[in-house]
Amino acid sequence: MNQFLDMVLIGISAASIYSLMAISMVLVWRSTQVVNFAQAGMALLSTYIGYELVARVGHFWIALPLAMILGAAFSAFIEFVLMRTLQKHSSQGAIAAIAPIIATLGLLGLIRAGIGFIWGHADVQLEAPLSKVGYTFGDVTIVMSPMGLFVLLFVITLMIIVSIVFQRTNIGLALRASAYAPEIAQLAGIRVSGIRTLGWAIAGAAGAAAGILQTVNGTGALTPESLEFSLLLVFGFIAAVIGGLESLPGAVLGALILGLVLAAVQIYISGALVFIVAFLLLLLVLGLRPQGFLGSKAGRRA
Amino acid sequence: MLKINNLTVAHGAIRAIDDISFSVEKGQLAAVIGSNGAGKTTLMRALSGLKGAEKGTATWLDHNLLHGKPEHHVRQGVSHVSEGKSVIAQLTVEENLDLGALWRRNRDEAKATKEEVFNLFPRLGERHKQSADTLSGGERQMLAIGRAYMSRPALLLLDEPSLGLAPLVIEQIFQSIRQIVDSMNVTVVLVEQNAMGALKIADYGVVLNLGRIAASGKASDLIADPAVRTAYLGF
Repeated sequence: MNQFLDMVLIGISAASIYSLMAISMVLVWRSTQVVNFAQAGMALLSTYIGYELVARVGHFWIALPLAMILGAAFSAFIEFVLMRTLQKHSSQGAIAAIAPIIATLGLLGLIRAGIGFIWGHADVQLEAPLSKVGYTFGDVTIVMSPMGLFVLLFVITLMIIVSIVFQRTNIGLALRASAYAPEIAQLAGIRVSGIRTLGWAIAGAAGAAAGILQTVNGTGALTPESLEFSLLLVFGFIAAVIGGLESLPGAVLGALILGLVLAAVQIYISGALVFIVAFLLLLLVLGLRPQGFLGSKAGRRA
Repeated sequence: MLKINNLTVAHGAIRAIDDISFSVEKGQLAAVIGSNGAGKTTLMRALSGLKGAEKGTATWLDHNLLHGKPEHHVRQGVSHVSEGKSVIAQLTVEENLDLGALWRRNRDEAKATKEEVFNLFPRLGERHKQSADTLSGGERQMLAIGRAYMSRPALLLLDEPSLGLAPLVIEQIFQSIRQIVDSMNVTVVLVEQNAMGALKIADYGVVLNLGRIAASGKASDLIADPAVRTAYLGF
């Protein structure tokens, strides 16, 4: 029973961070039809910025939102400078489909090199602002710690804010319309290119939060070559694809499934299998339901 | 008034619209008819800013239609309903309508416009909470027109609203379009393959053939013209 509870808690904690990354990928995909491999790099950069801010301001609670804002600004900048230029110069055919993706790969390398140049290649340490020792009830200690609980509540709060913005506000309506049918949105008077940049900005903020929370909830160590961030990209991407790649609730659902399955493997079988199982899960879902859990078939075809 | 002069629009090497000129008086309904591939849709896309033109001019009042993107033209009172029931299926009926007025600063006026749309198409009012993909073909077309009207246009470009609809529904849509012209003070350019139906409600008619104007004039004159009748109206 205790093991099962641990599995659920580990699964949900991991899922909360995967879902931020997955949402980030979905937002970018919906606004520009690009799978952004640089998102791991952008999240890493935002986390380094968070580290720098903690060092200068001294407060994690101020550094976190500030790093999210700067992450949003950087992401918007990339869309504005890189993606718009690519779209302008390659409008048709295979190059148009491939060029942005290759560009994001290049950008990933560039960001990592830039981070190494500024902060060096040695580990830096982003300290957790809360205890990472699990709560104890009587003589039972669970895997959920104050830090872990904060991560979970913070992500849930962000999700609620995101869904209110998307479902209940004018900006949200413009974001959804531009994602589903850019031409109709344009004919309705929406400035679609601006909305696209906004989509990237929100993705940048979500990625920054994912990176920082993963780091403080984990070992706290950061390097430009961080394996954790590559895994974050891979798991976020798998969660997004399982969920349907174009649906925000789908991204959260995909992350939850992935988090729980991986936690179960880790606890009941072996931590060494986590990576293999993640990809098996991806292949299984793509085989049985190519459009993902909440994606539409029509959407995939288009 | 809408003035089009020596307009040429090309798809690669093909001139889909080849040096055409015509004008539409304010407050009139002009029907642009012609068979498949006559260049009707291309003309509409050029007028709304979706497609660039090769040469010529097109102006609405003193606004240059060949310069700027659709979202810019909407703010100048030009709305376009593109071919094939241009509604967003993933949104509700009301969201589709609200979309057309998002750019408007005055929210009260936007609300009043929505009431006008619900009066014009009561079915949309009854179904405002429903997802747009639950609507019938005719209702979708009403929604597409309603969405364009939400921008409170002075010039409305309609691309084949009758496409794929039953005759009775077409009749109803056409009557609504006439009503928009008569009582809401909107100038309409209506592109149609349903030539007879369109000319019957139109004030002015333009017959397009392979990108050129084959005939134009008062709609009633075109209907009466034996050459137009045999070549384009099928009797």
